[in-house]
Amino acid sequence: MSQINRLSNGGRINRNQPLTFTFNGTTYQGFAGDTLAAALLANGVDIIGRSFKYSRPRGIVAAGAEEPNAVLQIGSREATQIPNVRATQQALYSGLVATSTNGWPSVNNDIMGILGKVGGDMMAPGFYYKTFMYPQSMWMTYEKYIRKAAGLGRAPKENDPDRYDHMNQHCDVLVVGGGAAGLAAALAAGRAGARVILADEQEEFGGQLLDSRESLDGRPAADWVAKAVAELKAMPEVLLLPRATVNGYHDHNFLTIHERRFDHLGEVAPMGEARQRMHRVRAKRVVLATGAHERPLVYGNNDVPGNMLAGAVSTYIRRYGVAPGKQLVLSTTNDFAYRVALDWLEAGLKVVAIADARGNPRGAWVEEARAKGIRLLTGSAVIETRGSKRVSAARIAAIDPVGHKVTSPGEWLECDTVATSGGYSPVVHLASHLGGKPTWREDLLAFVPGEGFQQRVCAGAVNGVFQLGDVLADGFEAGVKAAGEVGFAPVSGEVPSVAARSEDASIALFQVPHEKSTARGPKQFVDLQNDVTSAGIELATREGFESVEHVKRYTALGFGTDQGKLGNINGLAIAARSLGISITQMGTTMFRPNYTPVTFGSVAGRNCGALFDPVRYTALHAWHLAQGAEFEDVGQWKRPWYFPKNGEDLHAAVARECKAVRDSVGLLDASTLGKIDIQGPDAREFLNRVYTNAWTKLDVGKARYGLMCKEDGMVFDDGVTACLADNHFLMTTTTGGAARVMQWLEIYHQTEWPDLKVYFTSVTDHWATMTLSGPNSRKLLAEVTDIDLDRDGFPFMTWKEGLVGGVPARVFRISFTGELSYEINVQADYAMGVLEKIVAAGKAYNLTPYGTETMHVLRAEKGFIIVGQDTDGSVTPDDLNMGWCVGRTKPFSWIGWRGMNREDCVRENRKQLVGLKPVDPNVVLPEGAQLVFDTKQQIPMAMVGHVTSSYYSASLGYSFALAMVKGGLKRMGEKVFAPLADGRFVEAEICSSVFFDPKGEQQNV
Amino acid sequence: MLQIFCPHCGELRAEEEFHAAGQAHIPRPLDPNACTDQEWGDYLFFRDNPRGLHHELWIHAAGCRQYFNATRDTISYEIFETYKIGEKPSVTAKPKAAAPGEQA
Amino acid sequence: MQRYSGFGLFKHSLSHNENWQRMWRNPTPKPVYDVIIVGGGGHGLATAYYLAKVHGITNVAVVEKGWLGGGNTARNTTIVRSNYLWDESAQLYEHAMKLWEGLSQDINYNVMFSPRGVYNLCHTLQDMRDSERRVSANRLNGIDGELLDAKQTAAEIPYLDCSKNTRYPVMGATVQRRGGVARHDAVAWGYARAADALGVDLIQQTEVIGFRKENGVVIGVETSKGFIGGKRVGVVTAGNSGHMAKLAGFRLPLESHPLQALVSEPIKPIIDSVIMSNAVHGYISQSDKGDLVIGAGIDGYVGYGQRGSYPTIEHTLQAIVEMFPVLSRVRMNRQWGGIVDTSPDACPIISKTPVPNLFFNCGWGTGGFKATPGSGHVFAASLATGEMHPLAKPFAMDRFHSGALIDEHGAAAVAH
Repeated sequence: MSQINRLSNGGRINRNQPLTFTFNGTTYQGFAGDTLAAALLANGVDIIGRSFKYSRPRGIVAAGAEEPNAVLQIGSREATQIPNVRATQQALYSGLVATSTNGWPSVNNDIMGILGKVGGDMMAPGFYYKTFMYPQSMWMTYEKYIRKAAGLGRAPKENDPDRYDHMNQHCDVLVVGGGAAGLAAALAAGRAGARVILADEQEEFGGQLLDSRESLDGRPAADWVAKAVAELKAMPEVLLLPRATVNGYHDHNFLTIHERRFDHLGEVAPMGEARQRMHRVRAKRVVLATGAHERPLVYGNNDVPGNMLAGAVSTYIRRYGVAPGKQLVLSTTNDFAYRVALDWLEAGLKVVAIADARGNPRGAWVEEARAKGIRLLTGSAVIETRGSKRVSAARIAAIDPVGHKVTSPGEWLECDTVATSGGYSPVVHLASHLGGKPTWREDLLAFVPGEGFQQRVCAGAVNGVFQLGDVLADGFEAGVKAAGEVGFAPVSGEVPSVAARSEDASIALFQVPHEKSTARGPKQFVDLQNDVTSAGIELATREGFESVEHVKRYTALGFGTDQGKLGNINGLAIAARSLGISITQMGTTMFRPNYTPVTFGSVAGRNCGALFDPVRYTALHAWHLAQGAEFEDVGQWKRPWYFPKNGEDLHAAVARECKAVRDSVGLLDASTLGKIDIQGPDAREFLNRVYTNAWTKLDVGKARYGLMCKEDGMVFDDGVTACLADNHFLMTTTTGGAARVMQWLEIYHQTEWPDLKVYFTSVTDHWATMTLSGPNSRKLLAEVTDIDLDRDGFPFMTWKEGLVGGVPARVFRISFTGELSYEINVQADYAMGVLEKIVAAGKAYNLTPYGTETMHVLRAEKGFIIVGQDTDGSVTPDDLNMGWCVGRTKPFSWIGWRGMNREDCVRENRKQLVGLKPVDPNVVLPEGAQLVFDTKQQIPMAMVGHVTSSYYSASLGYSFALAMVKGGLKRMGEKVFAPLADGRFVEAEICSSVFFDPKGEQQNV
Repeated sequence: MLQIFCPHCGELRAEEEFHAAGQAHIPRPLDPNACTDQEWGDYLFFRDNPRGLHHELWIHAAGCRQYFNATRDTISYEIFETYKIGEKPSVTAKPKAAAPGEQA
Repeated sequence: MQRYSGFGLFKHSLSHNENWQRMWRNPTPKPVYDVIIVGGGGHGLATAYYLAKVHGITNVAVVEKGWLGGGNTARNTTIVRSNYLWDESAQLYEHAMKLWEGLSQDINYNVMFSPRGVYNLCHTLQDMRDSERRVSANRLNGIDGELLDAKQTAAEIPYLDCSKNTRYPVMGATVQRRGGVARHDAVAWGYARAADALGVDLIQQTEVIGFRKENGVVIGVETSKGFIGGKRVGVVTAGNSGHMAKLAGFRLPLESHPLQALVSEPIKPIIDSVIMSNAVHGYISQSDKGDLVIGAGIDGYVGYGQRGSYPTIEHTLQAIVEMFPVLSRVRMNRQWGGIVDTSPDACPIISKTPVPNLFFNCGWGTGGFKATPGSGHVFAASLATGEMHPLAKPFAMDRFHSGALIDEHGAAAVAH
């Protein structure tokens, strides 16, 4: 494989290290140090893809982040496919497999291209808004084909084997960009002793210095780069991050840096390494040294492969030893671009001509080009090119850039490469991420950073400073300033000297005129990735899209993966001219992160799978696992849901567990309930204010159930609180509500009632709670405790302290099942040992572990609510028929009291919690099912409530449910119907919500 | 991501440690029962929601768990001060001319 | 109005697209209008259109401080669905859904309403209960909805990780097959063009800076370009509603928060429907251009900066990668923020105000885009008659005093 465009010498590549890669199935060779784009150009690959809308052949245009065309698929195997890789930013590695993302059957012979040619004018901006409407039913069919045609690369179909991580960084000065200005700023700040991070998106530091014609201290610019990098590396407080793009500038000087740690070596990271890393940086100061992007010229057929940015051509020649053609035409508006002609000539190739839009340019490089005999056509520009798969000729004509006219017929010149430069656009993206609007400077013909809520200094080209000597000086100054602002005095050090270069001003040329009107002339592409043409922009303005955002959105200008880095300024200038307003009046669209795209993986980091959200396990989790428990997610907790034995399903297991509890004794891990230790002389008063019921008379040793409402009177949490000592209470909350309640108590204490002396401590994790429930629970517990369990000495709703299983425990005689129950609380560390003793003793009683499902059934049989299941934030205690729990005469207007007395909360006929008994005792109502009174009505039916909890009860021998029903408490014995999805109605009778042991005798055995 | 000075901890910390808790200085009526539905609804739900300077309540949730107030610009997101509950804000008007960033 | 059609497109292509008419005029404001709409977003433009079309009131101005459709209309994730829990919201959103279904033809502008199906994933038993409740309610309200189990969900949503390896395994999903997405900008433009054609004046780059009242009754708006008289004024300014209320002299039960969203680079079709998860908290669809469109959560603070905090973006992409591990190599192209006016019950306020003849339509929170046609339709009826449309009545402001909220938070297990 010959590299036909590889120059015999030059470039920063390692010619001793050839690398083999494939593109669209063909094997090629490049060298270490190449980008994929450089290697493709070296091999004479012209067509890199097909355009999005018109399917026109496209080639490589740029050499960096602004590349719109060379967006490729990389990947040799399915799981590590990488979509949308910019070939200009991808280092070549051995075995790289790249393919085009569009084109069928191939990019060289694409069928859609024919359609693009004949139907081009039908696909003007907005065409899809104007058609595909009739008949209505056909849209989805049209859309299927539209979708197929869209998109660039493809996501893998297998899960990513790689991982990604985050690193938090803090620094005094973050320098963004490692070109001349950035290196200078980092040196100045680093020498001053500041903690510096220098990040650059490229493979190596140096930026444009790596392909510069200019010399520093009389030596090649790259030598100074090496020296500067070495000096920075030696500074202990300086972190150098190559291959690291600062992609977002967020509030309060928080920036993210997307570091591609292994993308240059392959499609997958080495074992154990994170493929990419997101640095999350809080920087005291930021130096933005982000440089500038060259603006291409917009002329007829400027998208044919071989049309390139002037600077990119220089980069390929000088940095990679690749000349992307043989015969060059340069079209420019400025001096700087002349370097490409000089570089081209020095590479031993032919410069056909230079077209300079200016009348009489006289800068140093212009004169050098003249002196070398290059044909120079002033007052002229390339107005169109021709060629199907590669440029074959360019037409240069005299133009009047102000009057937007072509003033001579011009001549066609044969060539294979057209390099263009319409000036330089400072990379103002990061400077504008917080909404700061860039400012147009007519003297520079460019937007520079405007005000922003950013503690930053801009340096170099982004600041509108372009001459190399000035750029370096600006960089050093920025580094001194940034470090100085955070307290580091400047320390002098070597500053390189650069000879000043005489340069003439450039002129504005955002759209090259053509003899034909824009609409009728050859297509002039403004945004190559989205096939946006100058005619399209003019059409948009003609149709009334006058704001820059409208133009962008109507034409898709700047919507691509390059986000308009190449085309936006030209596009908005064309729109401005078409509307007869200035560029300042037109303004820019908003700049948003990301500067260049970043992988989802790197943003997500390690926080997926088990680390997506913390998993909370109880102290008894290992035992549950050993018992074969199935788990339910409740909040962040893993709670045993049920304990299947011998292949039981949920229903069989639950029936068995329920029976065990009702007949003998069961064991529930209740550790997940929130536990808040409340102490202080005003603890009791505080409880009075946050619970709906009264706490004044709760004696030490006793416990009470309490409801909590929000200020709107709606139930928000519940639980049992015990009085441990006169000024000491232990509150329990729902599992999911624990953190919420804790914060709730704190906000009222801290902001409303700071005068109350009370302290809250979350002790949820400190105590493990084992609940023994069932008629044999007393007998079983007696075998492992020294506490006197006498029925009357240790009555219901009290608690005692003592030893259980040999360790100190608090035992609460409270019940959520309606059975005799003891909740044993021990310090979590002891829990497993205690459990083992209980289980050993429990063998004699058929002690059966039960999970949340059985707990739900048993409590529902008793009509006990579960907040969050039987309530939804819209029910008051009275709605729940829990008026007994409302302290209507409490002196302090507790939280919720005023709210539940509002007009709508006291009206008749609110939905109320009732029991339901399906008429067919074997039919279990679906939980969530809506209810109606009348089955005969048409849709929409009047819904009168819904089922909140529903089970089959083995103990009762029939199915039952809890439900909210409109006016339900006054409708006992009436029928409701649940209409099912299949059209059937389940008929049920409204009844009391207490099904089992209504007198509450079981819990007092 | 904001950076917030916790007046209790005395340190600047990342926003991730905090939760916003709404408008500050909305005292619970001393006698809720004396409020009309109108007044109670106003207390519960109606807020200033200003474009510009705002006094708001925050909690250092993953820190000291203490609530405090902040004076913040809701357009620029600049925080001018944080202060403890019970204290009065010292910044009640924007210190400088409206900054950029308010986008159409 | 120049009628749009495939044939028209062909005809215009022959003349190189030189003869397309303006989509709307740039009119000079008249001294007085029958109705002034403040806010030229989707809702405001829809209101103007239906005022003209349904009620024959064409002496209408839409006053917009920036560009048409430039607020949340331009910044949302384009999801359309009507599977709300409570009757009041379900009926309002279903009203919108029915209008969506014929909208392109009605306004002769392809808004690309694409009923690709909207899935709401369930990750817990309570999610399943809530979903049954919602689907059951939807069905009885005449709104399509199905509850799928884990197996069906896995079969219908390719690449969704339905394994036990995820932190919150997928237990099932609801699907509204008539739900989907629409092209957000096109909705604003289509309504604008259709309203303009019926005589409505669309006045851009004109900011309302005050309301002029006479004897306490609103008689017009003060703007950056002078006074414009109006017999009735409807304010539809989303995130800026609090500010507008302040100008009118009252407060609203609203807070304006940043709501962020993001898109990936365009990739080949991989996500065919809209998939939302409240528990894991992310939602995703794919545009016709190939971008994955992803919604993030609401930031907790009041913010008018059209940007939120980075951790919110992180959490969102964690959720997306958790749901779709195949997407971790796809790249995020761009992120942005809107300003959402959130109400205490996550339902809108469509209401008279303390100022006679001044009406507000706001508080849509994350539900604004999907309601656009319905919101405009009922608000137009209210402005035309001076009495609130029956579907709008439950959304009056007084519910925050009476307590008759329509709480879509707690119960629906669905946000956005």
